[in-house]
Amino acid sequence: MERNPMRRQLQTMRKSLFDQGYLDDQFVQLEELQDDANPNFVEEVVTLYYRDSGRIILNIEQALERKTFDFNKLDAYMHQFKGSSSSIGAKKVKAESTLFREYCRSRNGEGCMRTFQQLKKEYATLRRKLEAYFQLARQAGPVETACRPK
Amino acid sequence: MTVERIVSEAKDQFPIGMRVLAVDDDPTCLLLLETLLRRCQYHVTTTSQAITALKMLRESKNKFDLVISDVHMPDMDGFKLLELVGLEMDLPVIMLSANGDTKLVMKGITHGACDYLLKPVRIEELKNIWQHVVRRKKFDRKDRINSDNQDKPHADSGEAAGMGNADNNVKVNKKRKDQKEDEDEDRDEDGHDNDDSSTQKKPRVVWSVELHRKFVAAVNQLGIDKAVPKKILELMNVEKLTRENVASHLQKFRLYLKRISCVANQQANMAAALGTADSSYLRMGSLNGLGNFHSLAGTDQFHNAPFRSFPPSGVLGRLNTPAGLGIRGLPSTGTIPLGHVQNSGHSSNDPNKLQSFIPGNHNANILQGLPMSLELDQLQNNKGVSHIGELPTANSSSVFPVPGSLMDARITGFSNNPILGVTSNSLMLEGSSQQAALHASNLRDGVSAIGFQNGNTLSDFASIDPVSNQLRDSKADLQGQATSINCNSGQIMTSVPQEWNASIPANGAIIQLDQCLDQNNSIFHRTMDSDSIGPMSFVDPLSIKAHNSAMEPSVIEKEGYLMYQSRPQGNHIPDNIGSLEDLASAMMKQDQDNGKPAYGNFGHNSYSHRACI
Repeated sequence: MERNPMRRQLQTMRKSLFDQGYLDDQFVQLEELQDDANPNFVEEVVTLYYRDSGRIILNIEQALERKTFDFNKLDAYMHQFKGSSSSIGAKKVKAESTLFREYCRSRNGEGCMRTFQQLKKEYATLRRKLEAYFQLARQAGPVETACRPK
Repeated sequence: MTVERIVSEAKDQFPIGMRVLAVDDDPTCLLLLETLLRRCQYHVTTTSQAITALKMLRESKNKFDLVISDVHMPDMDGFKLLELVGLEMDLPVIMLSANGDTKLVMKGITHGACDYLLKPVRIEELKNIWQHVVRRKKFDRKDRINSDNQDKPHADSGEAAGMGNADNNVKVNKKRKDQKEDEDEDRDEDGHDNDDSSTQKKPRVVWSVELHRKFVAAVNQLGIDKAVPKKILELMNVEKLTRENVASHLQKFRLYLKRISCVANQQANMAAALGTADSSYLRMGSLNGLGNFHSLAGTDQFHNAPFRSFPPSGVLGRLNTPAGLGIRGLPSTGTIPLGHVQNSGHSSNDPNKLQSFIPGNHNANILQGLPMSLELDQLQNNKGVSHIGELPTANSSSVFPVPGSLMDARITGFSNNPILGVTSNSLMLEGSSQQAALHASNLRDGVSAIGFQNGNTLSDFASIDPVSNQLRDSKADLQGQATSINCNSGQIMTSVPQEWNASIPANGAIIQLDQCLDQNNSIFHRTMDSDSIGPMSFVDPLSIKAHNSAMEPSVIEKEGYLMYQSRPQGNHIPDNIGSLEDLASAMMKQDQDNGKPAYGNFGHNSYSHRACI
């Protein structure tokens, strides 16, 4: 149990992210890769993810603005997006991606659009939460990694 | 992209320090992968572009031990990169993808990936990837040792092998097979002194960028259709490079081209169609030569491989002379380069290439190979046999002894049958019973291009029965009967004509099965000394079976020859032929036009009897 109140808060926050299904075990993998040589690894990866995936989101949005959907292309985009999302352990986002792809395969434009909206929401929510998390982690002290699993 | 310095001492602590090149266009995944790999204590170099990756790999062959690549990349398809790396650098490649569809995984494996991982990758999986490197190294080392030994028969295998040996230059590992001339078909390389213990694996030649460039230049110069290993080899003018090496590389290259351009589907189809034959062919294939053939048939590669028309080789000429066969030379049409099929990622080493070759193993290997030729449709009667020997069977064993069938109908007395140009090294056409020579050498050359023509009946192939004696007799018979021997697609009829014996390389005994399918039994079993023919099996099954139609050929009776015995009735080829029959029938169906059942069985005596039948 952390003596440091901030630490404790951090841990609580972290736990809730998992409990609420925002993050999955892959995130833990990221945390485990973080060490003294790589003290901000998790944050780096997440930052990179949001930067890169923003581009894909934009592409999908544009593709969905067309009159007719190119489902193959949409599927390809989403495939890529899903890969990244799963790499950081973004559980809900990943679930929405899977759903989206299914709609693509069944050529369901409506379903795609709906799912995409939902996906964007989850995506944004996770981002907020993680940003808060990292911020707290930084405040809690650089010595220990923000989220030490043990 | 971080560039890692190459740490030579890392090798000692392997797998620590193993040098990995990671390629993924997704920066998140790439960063993750890189970190994971570092955590495993590997040396990691990353790039987000496949093109850059290739460049780095080409710069220095020895810079990396392993490549991990994503499947979906914008600048180049991951599978393509995989192929290129396999072709040029021969490094183990692991594919990565978020998509775990079985089909995709299968595709990865068939393209040569040594593993396929799903994203997100776990560190536990990465901890084990070094095994792939070791596996390859081991074989290479062994191969090299062996090859070295072979090349210079001194006992110094140790040094030869050294991975250190390898370097960009071509390490020519001579296949044992190469050296062995003709040995019995079963060549398991035991004959050679190469100790290569591994034996299973053929020695690997490392195709450096420079070498590959030369290769491509040579191919371009010759024209892809006419590019035969022998000529390529000559043009390349690289020491210690064998025809087999070139052949196998050519095979891969062709496969690669095919994939790119999606050509030659027909061939594939053909092959597939013919491929019904069961494995009897394979058996036949036991002979090295056959192996190739099989592989040809079986493998996809063959299908793709353009059939090169073989220029009528001298062999053919020879054939003509000796036997009355009048083998005109095998159809020049693209014979299927049996050259050892590397199929399967080429490298199946197995000695009997035959088996290995058959990818998938279609039983019909041989036939399959035939179909290809059929497609070529070039075999025309009297076509010279495209050079048979040309195809180098890279893998030593694969020489596919496509029977030099190309004999015109004349040979067997069949007048009309177009001769299948199948000419594999084995074309035994060499006349003179050298069967062994034929077979061995031919096969070795791997040329066996089977040029079966669809329409043509292979029948014209006269299978030369090394046994020759038998053939002689049968020859006469055959000739009489021949007529209908149409070897369709590949049926290589082995006519026993005596002449053939001489001229027809044992291997090639192409038996015009037309009729003799029945005889198959006899034929196949013929004593042809199979050993020379070894690979002939290729022929046999096909030809024999192929004809259900009236093969009247009395041909066979001969003891050794496949020759068809006059039994017109469907020839059922004796057990072995079973498959042949299927094959034959398949072939026959294919080209029904002739109506002649010709299919040449390759009468390799030796092999056919044994193996094929």
